[in-house]
Amino acid sequence: MKKISKSARSSFINYGIVLVFFIIFQILLSMGRLSSSFSGQLIPICTYVIMAVSLNLVVGISGELSLGHAGFMSVGAFSGVVMAACMQNVVGASWLRLILSLAVGALCAAAAGTIIGIPVLRLRGDYLAIVTLAFGEIIKNVLNCLYVGVDGHGLHVSMKDAMSLGMEADGVTIINGPMGALGIQKLSTFASAVVLVLIVLFVIQNLVNSRSGRAIKAIRDNRIAAESCGINVMKYKMTAFVVSAAMAGAAGALYALNYSTVVPKKFDFNTSILILVFVVLGGIGNLRGSMIAAAVLTVLPEMLRQFQDYRMLVYAVVLIVVMILTNNRRAKDVFEKMKDAVVGKIGYRRQTNE
Amino acid sequence: MLNYLVNGISLGSVYAIIALGYTMVYGIAKMLNFAHGDIIMVGGYVSFCATSYLGLPVIPSVLLSVFVCTVLGIVIERLAYKPLRAATSLAVLITAIGVSYFLQNAALLIWSSNPKAYPNMVALPPLVIGDTQISAVSLVTTAACIVIMVVLTLFTNKTKLGKAMRAVSEDKDAAQLMGINVNATISLTFAIGSGLAAIAGVLLCSAYPTLMPTTGAMPGIKAFTAAVFGGIGSIPGAMLGGILLGIIEIFGKAYISTQLSDAIVFSVLILILLVKPTGLLGKKISEKV
Repeated sequence: MKKISKSARSSFINYGIVLVFFIIFQILLSMGRLSSSFSGQLIPICTYVIMAVSLNLVVGISGELSLGHAGFMSVGAFSGVVMAACMQNVVGASWLRLILSLAVGALCAAAAGTIIGIPVLRLRGDYLAIVTLAFGEIIKNVLNCLYVGVDGHGLHVSMKDAMSLGMEADGVTIINGPMGALGIQKLSTFASAVVLVLIVLFVIQNLVNSRSGRAIKAIRDNRIAAESCGINVMKYKMTAFVVSAAMAGAAGALYALNYSTVVPKKFDFNTSILILVFVVLGGIGNLRGSMIAAAVLTVLPEMLRQFQDYRMLVYAVVLIVVMILTNNRRAKDVFEKMKDAVVGKIGYRRQTNE
Repeated sequence: MLNYLVNGISLGSVYAIIALGYTMVYGIAKMLNFAHGDIIMVGGYVSFCATSYLGLPVIPSVLLSVFVCTVLGIVIERLAYKPLRAATSLAVLITAIGVSYFLQNAALLIWSSNPKAYPNMVALPPLVIGDTQISAVSLVTTAACIVIMVVLTLFTNKTKLGKAMRAVSEDKDAAQLMGINVNATISLTFAIGSGLAAIAGVLLCSAYPTLMPTTGAMPGIKAFTAAVFGGIGSIPGAMLGGILLGIIEIFGKAYISTQLSDAIVFSVLILILLVKPTGLLGKKISEKV
């Protein structure tokens, strides 16, 4: 039998985790054992898992700190909503409309990623971080003044107000500036969300374990050395950035089509930071860690309900304590000793068995 | 026209004072202190309580808020950042974000989310030149900014402590070998930065008199942008960046679009960074292989 490589096994474990997660919650759902607040969290969990995994491609694999990932989510969300609204009377099947909307969301976000990536990726370190932050804010600000409507003649776009769209009487306003997109048809389902997670994992894991992925990691580890080996730095950095943006766009469309209204303010700096927190807590460069951290931390504020007003305070304290425990040298030593004590015994047993 | 310029300079002065805190901390600890914006908010609330509830006069209440923020800055540094001296910058960044969440939510619990109407701390008549009126707040803000700038420059260049700060930011290990107490120096930097944030809080809220737990967030991000604009780590750079940013923001609002003013500010930042990748007054980073 052909031996399965380590990376491939790790990828299959990730698919397995997602499938098990889906099956468990699908059973719980059909048995009616989930509270309504929790079942409402299922699609956001999938969305944030995609966001975390795609951001990890930029932060962990490509090694560039991005603070504007929510901007791509926003682009995807609103373009996806517009697409869904346009297709409402054209395409009958709702699953086809969902796929088209997700694809348009991903494409628009990829386009935004390309436009933003060209200037951003020329910068380094903290300067790169601040420019991604700036782009995130620009996207939010522009979407805040964007008005889109549709009538018999097609799409109408304006940056002034809903009146200046100049639509006919049967026209519908899809995006209404700071009020966001209203009256969205709920197309996203838990199953489709899980399928999207699997697709995103497939794309990113295959990218990471391919020739391009190795080039991206080489650039992260030492840009100059990689360049001297003939790796086209800009090309590979762009690949990672644009793929990540496209995935975020699809996630945004999925997220938006789960609610009846979405406002541009939802995708602000704090959301970008939230996703970065998932990535860092899950382990930089570790896709499985990002998935788990995103799922756990999306549910955690719900679980902390019993602390009522104190829950965000508790969340902040948990965040600080976890960061200190996992990064402080003294705390790390204590952990290592505990691990050695536990693993040492098992390891010893395994050795004697062999 | 002149009016806009004055408003721009005064808003920019507030950004500059906040940016100084960012830049000093970045210079010495190489970390992006995202909690800095929330210290501004704490400064605002403390001075608000001192005047409204305790009935203190203006100057003692400002001093009280500077004192509280300075202590807060030192405590945060000791508890949250000091254990992470050797950690990666991303870990420190996330911790700073945790601190920022903590401060915002603590403020939410203590003072509730209802916006408070901030009393004008600078109750002086406006200065009238010809047909333009310059409010006292603008004048005081600009003056405070200039004074702080001069004092800080003198401090870092002439005093022993200031030299120690520069030495630590240059090379921590070498500084330690020269007998400089690195930890104390870093604490001092946080103390100064936080004290400045308190002053900025008072000035910001006097000019824009609504106080909420999220008041500090946006000015914090803008001031951070200003620090990068001028070249992060450089004190004159923070000053220049702050004032330019303020002027661009006010002129953008006045002549181009009110709603898009933030987008304009950030676009200018991006353009500047494309031409000068380390900011206006930033040092060039040379890479060794």
